[in-house]
Amino acid sequence: MAEIVIRNLRKEFGDFTAVQSSSFKIEDGEFFMLLGPSGCGKTTTLRMIAGLELPTSGEIYIDGEEVGQRPARKRDIAFVFQMFALYPHMNVRRNISYPLVSQGMPKQQVAEKVDEVSRILGIGDILDRPVSGLSGGDRQRVALGRAIVRDPKAFMMDEPLGALDAEFREHMAEELRALHDRMNATTVYVTHDQLEAMQMGDKIVVMNHGVIEQFGTPRDIYDKPATMFVADFIGSPSMNFLRFHGQVHAGSNTVVVHHEELEVPRLQEPFEGDLVYGIRPEHISLSDGGTYRGEVIASEYLGTTQIVTLNTGNGELKARIPSDQPVRAGENVGLEFHGAAVTLFDNQTGRALRSELNEGVLSHV
Amino acid sequence: MSSYSITEPSSRQKWVAGTLVIAYAVITLLPLVWILTTGFKSPVDAIAYPPKVLFEPSLEGYVNLFTTRTRVTAEQLEALPPPASWYEQIVRNRDMVIAGPSRYGERFLNSVIIGFGSTFLSVFLGTLAAYAFSRFKVPMKDDLLFFILSTRMMPPIAVAIPIFLMFRTLGLSDTHLGMILLYTAVNISLAVWLLKGFIDEIPREYEEAALIDGYTRFQAFYKVVLPQAATGIASTAIFCLIFSWNEYAFAVLLTSGTAQTAPPFIPTIIGVGGQDWPAVAAGATLFLVPVMVFTILLRKHLLRGITFGAVRK
Repeated sequence: MAEIVIRNLRKEFGDFTAVQSSSFKIEDGEFFMLLGPSGCGKTTTLRMIAGLELPTSGEIYIDGEEVGQRPARKRDIAFVFQMFALYPHMNVRRNISYPLVSQGMPKQQVAEKVDEVSRILGIGDILDRPVSGLSGGDRQRVALGRAIVRDPKAFMMDEPLGALDAEFREHMAEELRALHDRMNATTVYVTHDQLEAMQMGDKIVVMNHGVIEQFGTPRDIYDKPATMFVADFIGSPSMNFLRFHGQVHAGSNTVVVHHEELEVPRLQEPFEGDLVYGIRPEHISLSDGGTYRGEVIASEYLGTTQIVTLNTGNGELKARIPSDQPVRAGENVGLEFHGAAVTLFDNQTGRALRSELNEGVLSHV
Repeated sequence: MSSYSITEPSSRQKWVAGTLVIAYAVITLLPLVWILTTGFKSPVDAIAYPPKVLFEPSLEGYVNLFTTRTRVTAEQLEALPPPASWYEQIVRNRDMVIAGPSRYGERFLNSVIIGFGSTFLSVFLGTLAAYAFSRFKVPMKDDLLFFILSTRMMPPIAVAIPIFLMFRTLGLSDTHLGMILLYTAVNISLAVWLLKGFIDEIPREYEEAALIDGYTRFQAFYKVVLPQAATGIASTAIFCLIFSWNEYAFAVLLTSGTAQTAPPFIPTIIGVGGQDWPAVAAGATLFLVPVMVFTILLRKHLLRGITFGAVRK
């Protein structure tokens, strides 16, 4: 297994820049997520690491070796495709053994490896079946088997659960994570599903328009978003944005939003202009004492919590509150914001202002 | 069954469709049946009017197809030792003796060499070109593809004179190589376009999986793409073979001896010793056999299905 270092990686397709100078580091044994909306460059980045695309510029180090311009077969990595890409003219056994055959491994040894892998994945009973008749889950397992059979330096996975039914996806995600923990294999995983990324990843890179927006642990990314894009993309419902014009000083821990003084984590840089007060729905509570007021429009019951949509002087807000707290549509309620969890953004650039909350996690400063 | 389905045709519709198919089959097969039966008729039966549907079968047409014969007088015939074989007997019944083998065998062999040679070359080059057009960034790809297609926009025979002059200068006239190259040039546009369609449909992930699994680009093409493209290759080969096998105009113009194919040869049989229709029909019948066999052999590859389900669409 290996660590992977990406330095200033860039990919252009004609006039279109798919990935703009990206740099990040994947530690040995990490389950690493590339997350972003479609067309953000995450798959291109993965394909460059795998050697299916050659970068326009920049370097890729796998296990300390620069492999940027090497063909895929010389990188010793495995790839799991979204559509599985099992060789349709071969049965399960031959599919799994195919990467070993290319290395010229003796037949006896190949058979042993295939048996071992099929035991790990629980597919021993389908080894002699053609791949065309398999269920989605079994195909996924065969694709994984083909990947793990030759002990590669790292695994690349391109939305491997994307083609599965929702019900089965959950199960497969657990299986994948368990497999990773068991093998401790460096894994780079592309997904557009933020829940999947949060649930499975050790680290997440959030990309948008070919640019890395943020790079960190799921917790850091959720609690301390570096940009408004990340704040909006991660979390469901996403972070509330209260837009206002104002001035903040370094060291202050309040801002004035529409004549209301609201708490924020102690700021570390001054700013004047259009600002955004970003707060997650679970950090808003309904309280009669709150001076910031809003009118309840609707509430969605989710079992343990409910999402309340409110109309305020700064637009619509969503609050996540316990489901046993009664709310009525049309009611005028006071709101309390949990100031320590707030992020202020520069509305122009979308980047977060430095504060004692996000100190050290922002890459753009 | 009392209910009716909107997707299943009714028995009445099936009956009408069946009748139409049978009628069409009869119309298209009738000339073939006529040629087949004429090959087994005697020369007299072949030109009988009204035409004879029932007749006494004879192998005279086939014997005449493969032999050259000389007429002899009755005294000469009597002076000969008794015929050594059944076909000699047939010839002697017409007051003739066998002078030697005809050229049909050679011409037939020429057709096989040229037809299959050009088919192989067209499909081989076509597959490589189609793969490149399908997978790689080829500069001016669309223009090149259109250029390739444009070679089929006029009848090939329209350029017969330039080709004739070109072949004469290059020394390709009446050579197997010349005819193979010519038919390949005509077929290649069809091959590239047909195969590109088939290869476009093969998901790239298969090759990418093979590249990741440690194979070179060529190995990935050879071991993963080719088996997937078998259907397309088989149907392309059939089309190419049918064209080069049946081609007549260029064969008449550019071949006369060593490389003459069967199509220009068969009509020349008429001139030898009267209008020998059974021999012509026999030649035509035998000429049909290789294409039929080839098509039947490749037919199973025309059935799609093995690729279904391996990739979720």
